[in-house]
Amino acid sequence: MSTGTTSPPAHWSRPPLIKATWARHTLTVLVLLYLVWSLNSLEVDWERVAKGLPRAADIFSRMVPPDFSRWELLSRGIIESLEMAFAATIAGMVIAIPLGLCAASNLVPKPVYLIARSIIVVTRTFHEVIVAIFFVKIFGFGPLAGVLTLIVASISFLGKMLAEDIENMSPGQVEAIKATGASFPKMLIYGVVPQILPRYLGVSIYRLDANIRHSTVVGIVGAGGIGQTLSATFSRYDYDFSLAILLAIIALVFIGEFFSSWARGKLR
Amino acid sequence: MTGSDALQARYPEIWRKYTPRQNAIRMLWYMGAVFVAVWSVRHLDIPWFYFLDAHVQAMDLGVRMFPPDWSYIDEVIDPLLETIHIATLGTIVTFFIAFPTAFLAARNTTPNTATWLFGKFILVSTRSVNTVVWALLFVAIFGPGPVAGVWAIAFRSIGFVGKLIAEAIEEIDHGPVEAIEATGASRLQVLLMGVLPQVLPVVYGTIVYRWDINIRESTVLGFVGAGGIGIQLYSSINQFAWSQVSLMLSLILIVVIVSEFVSATIRRWIT
Repeated sequence: MSTGTTSPPAHWSRPPLIKATWARHTLTVLVLLYLVWSLNSLEVDWERVAKGLPRAADIFSRMVPPDFSRWELLSRGIIESLEMAFAATIAGMVIAIPLGLCAASNLVPKPVYLIARSIIVVTRTFHEVIVAIFFVKIFGFGPLAGVLTLIVASISFLGKMLAEDIENMSPGQVEAIKATGASFPKMLIYGVVPQILPRYLGVSIYRLDANIRHSTVVGIVGAGGIGQTLSATFSRYDYDFSLAILLAIIALVFIGEFFSSWARGKLR
Repeated sequence: MTGSDALQARYPEIWRKYTPRQNAIRMLWYMGAVFVAVWSVRHLDIPWFYFLDAHVQAMDLGVRMFPPDWSYIDEVIDPLLETIHIATLGTIVTFFIAFPTAFLAARNTTPNTATWLFGKFILVSTRSVNTVVWALLFVAIFGPGPVAGVWAIAFRSIGFVGKLIAEAIEEIDHGPVEAIEATGASRLQVLLMGVLPQVLPVVYGTIVYRWDINIRESTVLGFVGAGGIGIQLYSSINQFAWSQVSLMLSLILIVVIVSEFVSATIRRWIT
């Protein structure tokens, strides 16, 4: 067998993702080592965790049936969340335009670009809840802090998407408008805006949907909306009302997602 | 005359992108959006006078936060590592739950309509509930600590990862699947040899992408007691120890940017 041409192997096995054997084995060992290390370093109170399952059963049995009797409180929270999301999306859309223009490398000088980009990176890094805490500290409890948080998140997201769209647009139209002797604002209105407006509206509608989702959670640190009601029910062990709120949030998010994909489909 | 009128209507002197009707509809949408926003702001009852001294407050905060208190770093390195561990372990747990669920939620691999609906239900419901809300629930179940955090991260990610994998499964090329079927392979073998190799790159890519989102998410789990740096961050904020806060924020910034870079590099390498 060893002599002559190589015959096809009797058994076929899938080609591995990583070709080099040593690299594959090293990676496996490293992953296992990491698992051992991380599981050990988490200080876990296993006794408490062991009690988890019966507790979970208890919590779930107290959650069902969901209690919708306080629907007034529920609907007030939901409406507040929705209002926060709408207000923040519109405000974010307006403020994101100058930021997005400044973050497009083909429109502005380098220093402006770098400043705008770093604003986007830094605001994107911090989770909404961290931003919300700061606004709660400055503006006090209530929906104002929540709206401002969502505005910050919307600006950095929309600004980033806008900048990328501007960078990817076709330069031909811009050059054509410039060739007519148009000024910078005219170039923006006739060369840039028509190319990016449909996508910008689409991204904004997506952001509205994202804001609805986030508006349900910033309340946990006191920034208004249904989240505030939800975290209160958890601290009062009011689990049947919690489930009612959770179901309402799921329905809200679902409707928001549906509306967002419908509206974006219409735009196309 | 009528001929030139028609021509005039088709090629007007002044070019307009939209017909008057389209313009009117667009304007109605814009006005509707503005109306909803204005009404929302009014209904929220925002205390505008808070803005009067907001810049003073913000400046004050800025001054107190600078410079970061680097001596506090010994206290926060362990929680920071714990944050990363929670994100990583949560993502690993997600993989084991989301992967089979995705096969249930993809039309071409699910056994029947009931299992498809079940898979879809899991994906939609886990995705709709925010990580922090999941954390509230798991803290109630497992008590405060990283275990609750790991499960919260895992549950929120199931819907995200599962949805993307299910979409990838639905978009596979049917050639290899039919070829494997033609050899008389069993259902499982078709899945393993025909479907799996096509979706594996997407699976790895999605998992790595979610891991980098989870690092960001796990920084706030501590606010509801689910472990990680959020616990220290929250207590420092409540004690107005702003120079410690700014230290932690700087560290979070570094970790998030590095993890984003790592994730982008791995994803570029996979695909």
